[in-house]
Amino acid sequence: MTAFPLRVGGLSWQVRLRGTVLTLAGLLLLGLLMALNMRLGDIDMSLAEVVRATFDPADAGHFVVMELRLPRALTGALVGGALALSGAIIQSIARNPLASPEILGVTTGASVAVVAGVVLSGSAYGGASGLFSAVGIPALALLGGLVGAVTVYALAWRRGLDGYRLVLVGIGVAAVFTNVKYWLLTVGDVNDTGRAMVWISGSLNGRGWEHVVPVALALAVLVPLTLLGTRSLAALRFGDDTVTALGVRMNLSRALMIFAAVLLAAVATASAGPIAFVALAAPQIALRLARCPQPPLLSSAVIGAVLTAGADLIARTAFSPLELPVGIVTAVLGAPYLIHLIWRARK
Amino acid sequence: MRLQAAGVTLGYGERTVVENLDLGVHSGTVTTIIGPNGCGKSTLLRALGRLLKPQGGEVLLDGKRIDRMPTREVAKVLGVLPQAPTAPEGLTVADLVARGRHPHQTWYRQWSSDDEAAVGRALDMTGLADLAERPLDELSGGQRQRAWISMALAQGTDLLLLDEPTTFLDLAHQVEVLELVRQLHREASRTIVMVLHDLNLAARYADRLVAMREGQVVAAGDPHDVLTEDLLREVFDLDAKVIPDPVAGTPLVVPIGPRSRP
Amino acid sequence: MTATAVAPRLHDLRRRRFLVLTGLLAALGLAVVLSITIGAKSVPLPDAWRALTDPTGTENDIVIRSLRLPRTALGVLAGLALGVAGALMQGHTRNPLADPGLLGVTQGAAFAMVSSIILLGAQSLFAYIWFGLAGALLASVGVFALGMVGGRGGPTPVTLALAGTAVSAFLYGLTSAIVLLDEQAMDVFRFWQAGSIAARGADVVWQVLPFIVAGLVLAMANTPGLNALSLGEDVARGLGQNIALTRAVGVTAVTLLTGASVAACGALAFVGLLVPHLTRPLSGTDHRWLVPYSGLAGAALLLLADVIGRVVAPPGELEVGVVLALIGAPFFVALVRRRKPVRL
Repeated sequence: MTAFPLRVGGLSWQVRLRGTVLTLAGLLLLGLLMALNMRLGDIDMSLAEVVRATFDPADAGHFVVMELRLPRALTGALVGGALALSGAIIQSIARNPLASPEILGVTTGASVAVVAGVVLSGSAYGGASGLFSAVGIPALALLGGLVGAVTVYALAWRRGLDGYRLVLVGIGVAAVFTNVKYWLLTVGDVNDTGRAMVWISGSLNGRGWEHVVPVALALAVLVPLTLLGTRSLAALRFGDDTVTALGVRMNLSRALMIFAAVLLAAVATASAGPIAFVALAAPQIALRLARCPQPPLLSSAVIGAVLTAGADLIARTAFSPLELPVGIVTAVLGAPYLIHLIWRARK
Repeated sequence: MRLQAAGVTLGYGERTVVENLDLGVHSGTVTTIIGPNGCGKSTLLRALGRLLKPQGGEVLLDGKRIDRMPTREVAKVLGVLPQAPTAPEGLTVADLVARGRHPHQTWYRQWSSDDEAAVGRALDMTGLADLAERPLDELSGGQRQRAWISMALAQGTDLLLLDEPTTFLDLAHQVEVLELVRQLHREASRTIVMVLHDLNLAARYADRLVAMREGQVVAAGDPHDVLTEDLLREVFDLDAKVIPDPVAGTPLVVPIGPRSRP
Repeated sequence: MTATAVAPRLHDLRRRRFLVLTGLLAALGLAVVLSITIGAKSVPLPDAWRALTDPTGTENDIVIRSLRLPRTALGVLAGLALGVAGALMQGHTRNPLADPGLLGVTQGAAFAMVSSIILLGAQSLFAYIWFGLAGALLASVGVFALGMVGGRGGPTPVTLALAGTAVSAFLYGLTSAIVLLDEQAMDVFRFWQAGSIAARGADVVWQVLPFIVAGLVLAMANTPGLNALSLGEDVARGLGQNIALTRAVGVTAVTLLTGASVAACGALAFVGLLVPHLTRPLSGTDHRWLVPYSGLAGAALLLLADVIGRVVAPPGELEVGVVLALIGAPFFVALVRRRKPVRL
């Protein structure tokens, strides 16, 4: 891959051309999709109307744009970016293209907690609605995700953290969580099951500013941190012996990067549910487009955001007025594209 | 002629590495291919061992096209050891060597007394009998390399292709491996083709040297005839003195420096 | 040490391997006995034996012959199939995360089943299973075909794994959409998803039997080739192994085994993910032993989990998938922690 040096005074960076172009193009596409997301809905607006509605509180569309469409579009993009970044980190550390936050117990832990909340509270108690749905579910998801991650981490830690052992422990813990989730789905009322399924699939329906803020904060803090860690992550790809030889403080960098990945996935999942496949597919798509050996972090995040924003557009408008959970569309949209990329690379 | 490349063109995808090359390997000889990095010597060896299908031309084993022969039949006659092979973690030396018997085994004949004898012989010959139960990843580089050669020996072929069997080894272990090769050649008159980097060792242990550059054979023949100061300049861009090896009498290369441009 | 001195060591190893094999067979035998005698209505062993050999139409006889026997048979078949398929899958992909449903088998079955419910109004379990099996086979063939395109010598493991994951995600998306829109499909799907071998009946056992037997035969035939492949493609080719053929046979075996099991018992493919990690320390890297060990261990585990599921939550039952995960996974994690994991 072509890289050129960028030097300012005594500082120097390596800028990778293809990755940079990819990131910029992705951001452009993301802007386009967000604009479309703001325009289309029950009431279609022109771009000029959207702009007017945004800045003029007296405008009839102000509420729709500022309170409904903008926060939802932002939640989608941010959550997609956070999940993809988390996936890129985990795939680099596990040195395994099949790894995703599921391996760290985050998304599965969150799913169990939420399904338990929805199914066990049951329709008899008014079901999952009102305050419970607005505050309780994200809180449950966050708690479940963190508990899941701590479980995996604690069980995998043994005089240091071995990437391979982490993956194996992750498989075991994920199996427990997933099957408990399946079981919970069978004991509840079929209506509650349906509601829980929507959440497990990942949905952006009715997401407001309260969903935007936590993800935005997490990204604002963690993106710079993880980017600083990129170089040690590149070194982590080699075997443990090589890593130490390259002068990376292995356990510390690995622990910090995993911690960042956990937080990103947990916050994202709390906001929108475990949106399927983004964390796994976006890094793989990014590394194929950027033609580099391991998932590029920033490009992965941008591609995750694009994938989620695009999927949400389709989820909202394709079967209007019926709305699909966005996670269903990310899988149906992202999978063929990834297959296309794999296919192209084989020729 | 045991093994022959007739007008082969070799490459990976779009990239052609070797073009229209001819090479013959005589029965019962040790042939060593030398050449600078990227000259196509490993590619040629892979093609001779039918690991790589030629884009043009053909490889003949005992006069028959190797790609038309059943691959299992080929494996009973010809053993290939690729460069830096990897084994699954925890595999023991005995297990690795036993896997060399693969081409002789079928579902109704999984472990015959022939297999057992061949594995024992191969371990003995390479001096690994005492290490048979040790996992491969606990061995030193030299021992590991001997284990892989032992696997190729257990295959029981009289034709062996070795791709840089001495990589990563210190000088003592390099000599050890090459002495093993010589012993195999002398005792059982096996035909051996190998790729080597060290010119002096190549000259000492080969009956025939093949020098390659940019996918072409530049010279082939007795080491005395091939390893000349002119050839070193032409093939390796190296200015060197060639003197008789005080031990073996074979040519000994003493480098002076990179080729001086006139 | 001379050539003849190596031989006793090899004999030792073989004896140890047969010993492990015997131990696993005994465990499976015990599990079968427990599965036939224990349940909502416990039947003493002599009565159970009489029911099998000389039935007289008593209540016990009916329980055992029409309920317990098919249930046990299905458990043995599915456990064998999933354990074997898991060992093959991880061997071919050299990836510890590979479960036998990786090639789209599980999600193919799920999608075909829910589609048959909404499109054709399929009602009986028997009908679902045919659809599930067809879906599993189609998805797997599709993934393999995707991996085949372009490259020579067959698809690489990484391509296969990624293509399989992508196809699975795609099908899962479609399945989710269907079950969210159709309550009846959801009701069937959620129970299928939890995985169970209860109330399947003898006809289901006969239905999946040929597929699983064929899969097991192919799997065992595949093991020497897999051993050669584990030394790298070049070495394998040098040993006279046809790489593309070996992979194709392996994929076919995995598809038959997993497809038949998940169609009949639900999303239990994770059994195949865990079991080989449990048996690998016993067998080492030799697939000729790892594969049968995994099959026997898978069957014994599945049956034991099913028996436990019958008794822990009376009067109801816990689905076998849930019990397996709750018991098998902690055991698995403990093992991973205790030993240095055996890498692929």
